[in-house]
Order: sequence, then C-alpha cells, then structure tokens
Amino acid sequence: MPNPAGTDPRARDEAPLARTALYDLHRELGAKMVPFAGFEMPVSYPPGIIKEHLHARSAAALFDVSHMGQARLAGGDAAGALETLVPGDICGLAPGRMRYNMLTTEAGGILDDIMVSAADDGLMLVLNAARKRVDIAHIAERLGAAVEVAMLDDRALIALQGPEAAAVLARSAPEVKEMRFLETRTIDIGGARCLVSRAGYTGEDGFEISIANAGAEALARALLAEPEVAPAGLGARDTLRLEAGLCLYGHDIDEGTSPVEADLAWTISKRRRAEANFPGAQRILGEIAAGPTRRRVGIRPRGRAPAREGTAIIGPSGSQTGAVTSGGFGPSVGGPIAMGYVAAAFAEVGTELKLIVRGREVPAQVCGLPFVEHRYFRGQP
Amino acid sequence: MSELRYTSEHEWIRVDGDIATVGISQYAQEQLGDVVYVELPETGRKVAPGDDMAVVESVKAASEVYAPVAGEIVEVNAALAETPEKINQDAEGGGWFVKMSGVDQAEVDALMDGDAYRAYVEGLD
Repeated sequence: MPNPAGTDPRARDEAPLARTALYDLHRELGAKMVPFAGFEMPVSYPPGIIKEHLHARSAAALFDVSHMGQARLAGGDAAGALETLVPGDICGLAPGRMRYNMLTTEAGGILDDIMVSAADDGLMLVLNAARKRVDIAHIAERLGAAVEVAMLDDRALIALQGPEAAAVLARSAPEVKEMRFLETRTIDIGGARCLVSRAGYTGEDGFEISIANAGAEALARALLAEPEVAPAGLGARDTLRLEAGLCLYGHDIDEGTSPVEADLAWTISKRRRAEANFPGAQRILGEIAAGPTRRRVGIRPRGRAPAREGTAIIGPSGSQTGAVTSGGFGPSVGGPIAMGYVAAAFAEVGTELKLIVRGREVPAQVCGLPFVEHRYFRGQP
Repeated sequence: MSELRYTSEHEWIRVDGDIATVGISQYAQEQLGDVVYVELPETGRKVAPGDDMAVVESVKAASEVYAPVAGEIVEVNAALAETPEKINQDAEGGGWFVKMSGVDQAEVDALMDGDAYRAYVEGLD
C-alpha cells in the first residue's frame, strides 16, 4: 500500500509549519502529528481515533483547536458593521451570547462559516484555520474604516467536549455549571483569564476555552489530569462533527454553496430576511422563497464500505444527482455515514440512492441529520 | 513456518509449501490506525506484482493493497469482513488478507527480510 501514514507529501515542500502552544504536550502524549492548514497538528493519540471519539461521547475529550482563527472586532458599531458581511442577526446578539453564522459572497456563496460572540466592547470571532487570512483580509477591506480588526494570534483555543466536561471544568471554575449552550463568559481558571464558551463541534455538551498562549499548556495539563479527560485529535474531531451533522468548510460548504442549499437557512433571522441587505441576498432569499435546486442531506450507505468525499450519488432517476462532501465511518453509529448534495426532489428522508464506490453501486438512503442526537446544555436539568 | 518478507509498499508475504499468505505490515497497521473496512479480491484471480489486490479503509482514508509477487488468489480471509479490527490486533498473523498459489520462491526471496524492512521504515519517519 502506498503511504499508509496518509500524510500529503506535497505538504513538506511548503512553508515551515506553525506550532500551537500545546505542541510539546502533543509530542509527549505520543500524538501522530500531521500538517493541517499550515499547522503541525495531532490527528490522533496512541488509543486511536475510535477510542478518542467514544471517549468524547461518554466522558470528556480535550482537543487543541488553536489553529483556528480568533479575531476581535471593536470600535464603533461592530455588530452593525459585521451585518453588512453576514446574513445573521448580530445586532440582536446580547453580550455573553454566541451565534453560528457565515460570511457570504455577493453571489450568495459561503466565504467561511464562523462563530460570533458579543462582548461589552465588541465582537469575538472564531474562524476556520484554512480561511482566517482570507476572512480577515475581507473584513478589513470592507469594514476597516468603521471598526478595528485584530487577529488574536497570541491565544490558544482548547475544547473540552463530552457529558462530563461541565463537571470537570466546574472543579476549577464553578460558575461554568450555570452557563447555557452558546453562552460565553470571561472566567479566571487557575489564575489565567479565559474566554469560555459553552459550545463545540462534536454535538456533545462542552466548552471552548480561549486562553493566552503562555497559560495554555498549564491549563491543558490540569484538565488532562482529571480522571474523566483524555486527549483527542483532529481525526476524532472530524468523525464527531460528521455524526453531529455539522459542516466542514471546504468540503460540505464553500464559495459555490449557498446557506440555503447547505440547509443553514435557520441562521438567517426574520429581520435580516426582511432587510435583504447582506451579500448574496438576492440568490439566498430567492432560494428561501422558491426552494434551492439541491440540498445537503445525510446519507446512510448500506453495508460497511465507507463512501468518501467525492463519491458520486445516483438518484432514483438513474443519473448522477450529486456527490458526497464528507463521508467515512461513524464510531458511535457503528457503520458508514456521509453527507452530500442531491437534487431537491431527492432530498426527502428515506429516498433510495446509489453511491459509486470504486466502480460499484452501493445502495444508500437519505436520512435525517444529525446521525447522533445533539446533547447541548440548554438549561437546568 | 518460513519467515516474512516485505515490500517497500508495506505488504508482507510468507511461503509455507505451495501456499503463500499475504497481509499488511505491523508498521502499516500502526500508520493507518483503526481499520473499519476491507475489500478482498475474488478467489481464482491471477495477479502480477504491484497489481491492486485489496483495499483497506481506516477511519481516515482508503488505501490500496498491492500484490507483492505474481500468483493466483486461492483463499481470502473472510473473517475480516465482520472483524476488520483483526488487522490492528494482529497484522502479521490473524489479520492476513489472502492466500496465493503458484508463487515463485525467487520473487519472494528478492523482497526485504525483517531486518531490511525495519531499517527501511525507520528511514521513512
């Protein structure tokens, strides 16, 4: 077999890879490091992706997601300014609340999907690693005169995800128990000032903790010392988000897909629809009104063969209707799962499809998303 | 039982009498991580060295497995269909892929022995 490590040999020829504040810790933990979005990141640890994934579903997993972009928009009316670049309601976002949204293009495509949180003195953004330079250039070009845009490259981002995450984090920061899904607070943890969000990319309850690089390793070590916590790499992060039906930029969404096709129209508020003043509004609102021609759906291939990204999808009419955009094995599902785009007429749950895997037809069915129910914490149990 | 020989593409082969057993190396298994699916060839198929013979899929990706030498597939490890994790547990034993007949011993002897293969994979890291 060629290159079982699965690393892209071309990556070696490019610029030297950046390292996060947790690089030494990853090596010490025995991580398999791979190039990802310009960083050397842990794809897995010695237990392997499946065990790491299942640990996040049953206890708590710690992920280094410091490669993601963290940025601050401050000065003037940052929320009003950002609304000129996104279709979501940012002005209505109360301080201490976070929202999922996207930067859209004038043609109605998705430039990036982002998390936006409001603070008293501006907005915090979390951007995809591979898109952060593009995003910041776009934001600075369009909003530079009105707001101050700053990348926070000196901050790490640590995700603690799983049903035990809140109990673990509450030992050093009791107030996190009071936080609800998509709430953010500034909290001192072990003497370090952290911006804590009750959010994540796994479908589980959990937190993302933004902390200055200088304090990141100490925090990660303290969390890993708790009996419920195990490290998890980008491999498990990908299988967890796929089971949770969450989009991965550059795969499930890109500049060619609209929020409506991607089944993300829920991120566009009534007020913004009425105002119709965001980039790509004509296409996006047209698709909301008339329905898009294609839709992102969940797909369950029959049997055990995974259907990877790029796999052709044959519709009930017998011709190709789309392609898989994310696909693999779901450890909690216990079998292959995928997401992809199909013609709107074939997007109904239960529609029979065929996938072309290595030249052979594999029967499959459209299924609802997520594959594994979200377990976000929305209030007192 | 004779010793294992290895290809630079991380397959192993072991000849016992008229039958050769083929699998992927312990190193390949470690690099792949959790194996979740294996596609095996039809028995009776004749293969040339380097032919695509099987596919092994980890959580991360699908990889081709090549025929290490020429021969005819006479048996496949059917247990891998239900328990592909056997490849992680015992890559160079119970996680074998196929058995072949008609193998030329000289072709096998030309492959790396265990020491040469270990030196080879150390050079890859």
